[in-house]
Amino acid sequence: MFRHLDRVLGALLAALYLCAPATRAQTILTIATVNNGDMVVMQRLSAEFERQHPDIKLDWVVLEENILRQKTTTDAATHGGQYDVVTIGPLEAPIWGRRGWLLPLEGRLAPAYEVDDLLKPIRDAASDRGHLYALPFYAESSLTYYRKDLFAAAGLHMPAQPTYQDIARFAKALHNPAKGTYGVCLRGKPGWGENMAFVSTVVNTFGGRWFDEGWSPQLDSPEWHNAISTYVDLLQKYGPPGSSSNGFNESLTLFENGRCGMWIDATVAAGTLSDSKQSLVANTVGFAPAPTAVTPRGAQWLWFWGLGVPSATRHPEAAAAFVQWATSKEYIRLVADRYGWPAVPPGTRHSTYEQPQYLVSAPFAGLVYRSILAADPLSPTLKPVPYTGIQCIVLPAFPTIGNQVGQLIAAVLVGNMTLDDGLHKAQAATQRVVQRMGVER
Amino acid sequence: MTPILRKLLLTVLGWIVALVIAFPVIWMVLTSFKSETEAISRVPHLFAHLSLTNYVAVQERAKYLHFAWNSVIVSFGSTLLALLLAIPAAYAMAFLPTPRTRGTLLWMLSTKMMPSVGVLVPVYLLFRDAGLLDTRVGLVLVDALGILPVVVWMLYTFFKEVPREVLEAGRMDGAGPLREVYNLLLPLSMPGIVSTSLLAVILTWNEAFWSLTLTTSKAAPLTAFIASFSSPEGLFYAKLSAASTMAIAPILVLGWAGQRQLVRGLTFGAVK
Repeated sequence: MFRHLDRVLGALLAALYLCAPATRAQTILTIATVNNGDMVVMQRLSAEFERQHPDIKLDWVVLEENILRQKTTTDAATHGGQYDVVTIGPLEAPIWGRRGWLLPLEGRLAPAYEVDDLLKPIRDAASDRGHLYALPFYAESSLTYYRKDLFAAAGLHMPAQPTYQDIARFAKALHNPAKGTYGVCLRGKPGWGENMAFVSTVVNTFGGRWFDEGWSPQLDSPEWHNAISTYVDLLQKYGPPGSSSNGFNESLTLFENGRCGMWIDATVAAGTLSDSKQSLVANTVGFAPAPTAVTPRGAQWLWFWGLGVPSATRHPEAAAAFVQWATSKEYIRLVADRYGWPAVPPGTRHSTYEQPQYLVSAPFAGLVYRSILAADPLSPTLKPVPYTGIQCIVLPAFPTIGNQVGQLIAAVLVGNMTLDDGLHKAQAATQRVVQRMGVER
Repeated sequence: MTPILRKLLLTVLGWIVALVIAFPVIWMVLTSFKSETEAISRVPHLFAHLSLTNYVAVQERAKYLHFAWNSVIVSFGSTLLALLLAIPAAYAMAFLPTPRTRGTLLWMLSTKMMPSVGVLVPVYLLFRDAGLLDTRVGLVLVDALGILPVVVWMLYTFFKEVPREVLEAGRMDGAGPLREVYNLLLPLSMPGIVSTSLLAVILTWNEAFWSLTLTTSKAAPLTAFIASFSSPEGLFYAKLSAASTMAIAPILVLGWAGQRQLVRGLTFGAVK
């Protein structure tokens, strides 16, 4: 019975051997990203990329922003090679690029990608020394949102370019806590990406800066004093209760439920506020540029979420193909076809803002476009500075500095500390961090 | 105060304490059935418009069973490995102590006081070079080492409760150390071993730092599953609550089922 077993096994092995070349090895790309609405859409539509590239399979790792940053930083710094594509912002792209943790992408882009179609401020923020280290997936600046109905009832008119003086005047007129309406909502939750994102733009437009040309901190300067005094006054006099615990999400909820007369925050909120399924003020929300004071420089922030390719990836070509696809005109068109024009990732390409359907369906689009183009991360302040970046300066020590200063500003806001004391301590804290961590990228 | 009144007051106090401890979990479960807007509402409604929408959304977005299976493998695997290492160690320390035993025990416990992030880079590099990144084997190893001091300490305490004479009688009858442990020590300290195992499973199930750092997708447990539902821009509390409820449900059931053993084991030494 077993006499021919060796022959049968031999034939089976031969058949397997012959079959082997037919099964092509599939490249698996591991993509680390955050749980934002636009990224969730990208994940859903990625089947289209897999259909176009049958030899590439995508494996998604979706994480909370801070956890993602910690994991991807560890992996990039140690060349762990766990991720083939990472979601990064303007703080990581230039620093990681200079350290050799990311692949420069400009030489890997197909002509059809049209790199010149990307908005220049965003391209600048994603580059270092002429190399592009991330392709922007979506970008944002900041806007002033206001209630047109409340403005009309109070006989107010929002100018084409409001100032912080205007904002204070409007806030005073609109503030009516008895009716549950507060003059202005602003971020107060401490953190470099929370209250300090907004506070930095106020400091910039009041003529302040984080450091002078010699990297000496400037937080006890008159400009910082004026800026923080204005910010604290606005929230203490005309803000909602518990402002020091309000970040983006909390402020968004307050505004869309009709509790704020004005709100100055990220342009990404414009779509949500205009959507009547989510917002009670969809028909009455108005849009204006972020306010200015002494100078328009740095008055509106600039942020993007981009896709970079770590230098430790084992699949650089496949990874580059994916990041191009996800940030291409073709992808934006795909989102528009499936989910409508208001859902497309904003702020990255000129061509998006040339689409009449987009401009009609998203009335705030033109303002967002102009705000992003007006933001200059290479020259963010009135006086010269040794750094780049508007609301977060491109420095590895900045998250530490921003978090510490953010805590002190929040302490001033809730009245646990005087303004002078808070700024004095912020100056000393910044000095300490700079001495400890240095100012090298 | 009459005994009945005292009993009543103690019962009420007990319920209040229990409610305060359980409130965050109860609130999380309730939030998981609300809409995102209701979840973040400043005036919370206890039972407003409850639905299963968030659970459906969570299930659509992530493969819950994949993460849950990884959690089961990692928590039970690391507990088993820790027990295999800790039983001989605790036996030696309890029945064959040396002048340095107490110091060794304290040193083992002191390693728990070191922040994990302090050894993040060396551990990451070791895992990278050993090919253990994003593997369940790697996570079992690191979690087992993480809980080892606690397991050794607990087993040591339980073993100390076992009368020496019982083991000596076994030895008189010709039992070697292995047989002594297997046939005498383990059956006598079974409640302690079970409660130690339950605690170890709970600790490793909830372990987030290493499981988030050393895994990406293949070996990612439920802690990574939860972390994917938080968002810096956009509302997420209700979905996050649904994901958290799904993540703690298995361990909650296990804790419920084993609470008698757990309490018995944990209070064993205290009563004495």
